[in-house]
Amino acid sequence: MNKIRKAFENGKAFIPFVTCGDPSLAVTEKLVYAMERAGADLIELGIPFSDPTAEGPVIQAASMRALAGEVTTDKIFDMVGRIRRNSQIPLAFMTYANVVFSYGIERFAGKAAACGIDAVILPDVPYEEKEEFSSVFRQYGIAMISLIAPTSQERIRMIAREAEGFVYCVSSMGVTGVRDRITADVEEMVGQVKEEQEIPCAVGFGISSPEQAAQIAQKADGVIVGSAIVKLCGTYGAECVPYVERYVRQMKEAVLAAQGQEI
Amino acid sequence: MSEGRFGIHGGRYIPETLMNAVIELEEAYNHYREDPEFRRELQELLNDYAGRPSRLYYAKRMTEDLGGAKIYLKREDLNHTGAHKINNVLGQMLLAKKMGKTRVIAETGAGQHGVATATVAALMDMECEIFMGEEDTRRQALNVYRMRLLGAKVHPVTSGTATLKDAVSETMREWTRRLSDTHYVLGSCMGPHPFPTIVRDFQAVISREVKEQMLQREGRLPDAVLACVGGGSNAIGSFYHFIGDPSVRLIGCEAAGRGIDTAETAATISTGHLGIFHGMKSYFCQDEYGQIAPVYSISAGLDYPGVGPEHANLYDTGRAEYVAVTDEEAVDAFEYLSRKEGIIPAIESAHAVAYARKLAPTMKKDQIMVVTLSGRGDKDCAAIARYRGEDIYE
Repeated sequence: MNKIRKAFENGKAFIPFVTCGDPSLAVTEKLVYAMERAGADLIELGIPFSDPTAEGPVIQAASMRALAGEVTTDKIFDMVGRIRRNSQIPLAFMTYANVVFSYGIERFAGKAAACGIDAVILPDVPYEEKEEFSSVFRQYGIAMISLIAPTSQERIRMIAREAEGFVYCVSSMGVTGVRDRITADVEEMVGQVKEEQEIPCAVGFGISSPEQAAQIAQKADGVIVGSAIVKLCGTYGAECVPYVERYVRQMKEAVLAAQGQEI
Repeated sequence: MSEGRFGIHGGRYIPETLMNAVIELEEAYNHYREDPEFRRELQELLNDYAGRPSRLYYAKRMTEDLGGAKIYLKREDLNHTGAHKINNVLGQMLLAKKMGKTRVIAETGAGQHGVATATVAALMDMECEIFMGEEDTRRQALNVYRMRLLGAKVHPVTSGTATLKDAVSETMREWTRRLSDTHYVLGSCMGPHPFPTIVRDFQAVISREVKEQMLQREGRLPDAVLACVGGGSNAIGSFYHFIGDPSVRLIGCEAAGRGIDTAETAATISTGHLGIFHGMKSYFCQDEYGQIAPVYSISAGLDYPGVGPEHANLYDTGRAEYVAVTDEEAVDAFEYLSRKEGIIPAIESAHAVAYARKLAPTMKKDQIMVVTLSGRGDKDCAAIARYRGEDIYE
């Protein structure tokens, strides 16, 4: 859990997401190293799910591509094990309840911990259902990240009180995907969390440009970007690594500039 | 464990963005379900608009032909819009109206739930958008036209396998986009709490009527009640008021597609495993890594990889039995009922008729069986003709 907190010690954090196995696990591994070089503070590794109901078209398509390439949870555990020989960057799995549940929560948590995962994000497990998962992950030292949404309102305090690692603030209504405007009152959401617990808040859903990232970074501790990066993987396939590296560097610079720091 | 459980099944496994919406729905439902004004309005709609109570018809020719149990058909196919779906839609949309919603969205498989939703949206002057797998828009082209005629916008869903499960996923995504003025009219006894309970309560009118009608006609309870199961809404409605009567066998008929020993099946209880999907814990057809299986059935309405959580629990407790019926058996039953009784059943309902043909001869002549005809089969005629090698199109 301390490792997650570390991600927020290098100024405002930039947190990229990639779908494991898109276009291949070998490329995913290279992406992790490249993103770390470019200044990423924590990396979300998506374990593809056949029916990702919280994702927009970009990540849905990436999940389909990865599954078509016969990526499995076991192969992803092996990849994370390889990454851990070369890198100590904080890593979080992002996937869906059924991927963990069908594997066996205990078995999944055990393997995830053994290969070096620090946190897990399950967008279809809300506060009311989390105990079944978080109680097991906690035993293995893995933080289960809580999400708050623009519709959470009075639920924010309840969620924040029990949050571990960091709080994932969903910045927009709807599913993941690039948006022109971020509509949620991020400042208000983050403020409510901090009144309950001094825990880092990272904002995601819809962010793609350095300008948006800089704006969000003024109000939160970190910025999460998924679809914009996954789009690059989709466009450039096996050649995507330098493009993603350049993009992540640009975004990290933008979030740092937002707090008046330079790389 | 959270609320809304049926044994270990159910719950609400949904994104945080939707949580306040389902809580608001639950509170509104708990309020209005006891509200005499709401109940009166709903009853009036069910009677005067949908044509309830639906008939309990003694299928004399079928009974004599099979030579066993006395067979009654619960004629949900005679409801307005041609299926049981209208029972739930009227309830949910009246509730949505009371909650101040002006727009409804819904998934549909065979198109019957979409047609019912579009119909009631026209009646109640609400905006309506229907999500339907692209594959199903081809299989059920006539229903797509009906929905458009009724003023609804139909979105063909191209993600995943482009069938019912993808339509549900896409409707959930749309709901997270736009909540404040929109109610999701979920069509089956599935999804996150409180949907499985709400849909069951609105469909329970089926077994309430069967019980009354049976006591009036025969002076006793039936020995078996049969209904087809996809998500399971007509089955849970047919079972509900008999759950406490252990002498009544409750039998759900799942779609085996090309057979439960093939990959082309949608028989969730026969072939699935415990999982979490579409907001609920229940049984799902899935692979060893929890990836949801691309299921198959000739019937678009049963072509779903999961089953409602209350059915999963009725199976666990042994209170209900679940059997699998193949495409071929269902098509045979479709033709059989048409010729024996002059009733063309929906291909979904034909799955229950098919099992009735197997079961009735094993029962005694003084025993009674009720088969719910969840819908009428006009929508299926072209597809069944094609299945039999006749090249006709609507």
